[in-house]
Amino acid sequence: MAFPTRDDLIDFVYEEARMLDDGRFDEWLDLWTPDSFYWMPLDYNQQDDRHVTSLLHEDAFMRKLRIERFKGERTFSQKPKTRCHHVLQRPFIDHRDDEKGEYTTHTSFHYVETRLDDQILLAATARHELKLIDGRLKITHKRVDLLNSDAAFGNIQMFL
Amino acid sequence: MSRYASDRRAIEALVRPTEVHRDIYIDEEVFELEMKHLFANTWVFVGHESQTPGKGDYITTEIGTQPVIMVRHTDGEIRVLHNRCPHKGTKIAIDRAGNTGKFFRCPYHAWSFKTDGCLLAIPLRKGYKDTGLEESESVKGMAPVGAVKNYRGFVFARLNAEGPDFEDFFGQSLSSIDNMVDRSPEGRLEVAGPPLRYMHRCNWKMLVENQTDTCHPMVAHESSAGTAIELWEQMEKPEGTKKPMAMEVIAPFMSPYEFFENMGIRTWPNGHGHTGVHHSIHSDYSAIPGYFEQMVAAYGEERARAILGENRHNTVYFPNIMIKGPIQQLRLFKPVAANRTLVESYIYRLVGAPDMLLERTAMYNRLINAPTSMVGHDDLEMYERAQEGLHSDGLEWVNVQRLYAPDENFDEIAVENGTTERQMRNQFHAWTKYMTMTMGGDA
Repeated sequence: MAFPTRDDLIDFVYEEARMLDDGRFDEWLDLWTPDSFYWMPLDYNQQDDRHVTSLLHEDAFMRKLRIERFKGERTFSQKPKTRCHHVLQRPFIDHRDDEKGEYTTHTSFHYVETRLDDQILLAATARHELKLIDGRLKITHKRVDLLNSDAAFGNIQMFL
Repeated sequence: MSRYASDRRAIEALVRPTEVHRDIYIDEEVFELEMKHLFANTWVFVGHESQTPGKGDYITTEIGTQPVIMVRHTDGEIRVLHNRCPHKGTKIAIDRAGNTGKFFRCPYHAWSFKTDGCLLAIPLRKGYKDTGLEESESVKGMAPVGAVKNYRGFVFARLNAEGPDFEDFFGQSLSSIDNMVDRSPEGRLEVAGPPLRYMHRCNWKMLVENQTDTCHPMVAHESSAGTAIELWEQMEKPEGTKKPMAMEVIAPFMSPYEFFENMGIRTWPNGHGHTGVHHSIHSDYSAIPGYFEQMVAAYGEERARAILGENRHNTVYFPNIMIKGPIQQLRLFKPVAANRTLVESYIYRLVGAPDMLLERTAMYNRLINAPTSMVGHDDLEMYERAQEGLHSDGLEWVNVQRLYAPDENFDEIAVENGTTERQMRNQFHAWTKYMTMTMGGDA
């Protein structure tokens, strides 16, 4: 890819969500740069990812751990396994810098997670920071804001 | 049909020396009695003073299931009031935190109250002339709780006006709060951000018991802590690479039984107790640059070493909080129903200490206590399976027998093998005491 088109960027965001819904986790892990972070704040408009609590702030090691744990025989909260389902609104391209190969998208989505007889619905917004590396788009940062991030939740087990 | 109400014998019969009846966890009537007696007779954590630093600052919370407001009064002291308008019952405040200025004003009919609860004004007051309002309960304003104590920033309240003294109730267990606060070179903590809020479909006591259950981490958390260790070992990295902070936090959960046996458990009277007398899963964290020097400057070397050498794991303050001194955390287990508990996990900044300590504290909270936590997921799974399993008629009793010794005396402080369930038995001893204290009848 020379420079990603608008469609390339939008397709990337859709494809990422589909990997999670399909359980193609190793492919999903490969979408990220080594020093990237997945961040899910706890508070509305939270700016600090280190000195107050977040729901998730995962580097490559923690993302890999979470995925490996899903596969384990003694992962009791995943017996039976959770399934998830994303419904995305068309992503906005908030920022593009072809010279640096850096792009930012903003995506509203609904997320459904189910296990046994339970099913939860969450409304969220994802902000992807993407970088073009060796002709491939990679995620350098993904921020997911839950609409009700300050609500009391039961288990949320998958990546949104 | 009432099985337990005002029947102290029936309540007492639920607790045996080595087992407790399932109704303690699943029966709605027992739960209602807990709210009426246990949570009214004991000193229950309300909030931290730094949540209401200025006059008029308030938070809304619950003591048991009773809605209350903790507010900084115009005299600078913290008051705890029932969150109910004395007129029609409307909750006076429902946001989790705010500032009300010099008075509360009910949004329904504009009755207003000073921040100590006293009635300030009623619109069109002449409508109550000669009605006897002055003799009513309503005229007293928003009712304060029975008693309030601010202990080194931690605010506790007792709903009943009569009951045990604060110092008698907690005794030497306050040493765990002392240690957490002393870890600040200035001797002061500040709440850092909002708490995690995690809903559990289980009884609140399962969570409290789990805090000193040292035989579950290596089993229930094998999938997270065990996998973390495997991944780290498999990872290609230069010789001598330092473990990342997250590994330091999560790996000790896989420590062998022997580690937990040797860490020790101490129990205090009235249901309080802690794991990690000699060492704990928090003992081997890396030193944070500059912190020890700050502590020595503040306290002198000997005292600084004594403070930092104490690495208590979980301290349970009966009935429903746990604190971790070494990482400045408090978890509040709020009973909602017999089968529902809201867990709020707070973290605190050590005032005057390096930010990196707070970073580790925030990381611990996120990795272990969040609704998105791999560790929390397996704990919740166990509690919810237990809450469901207890409805099985295969057996009506829950076993709390590990390292039981006949004639245990819970009025004495004891230090025992770290895998004992003595602290759980200690909690149930206190449970019976404070459940039946106000029930009448012969003890």
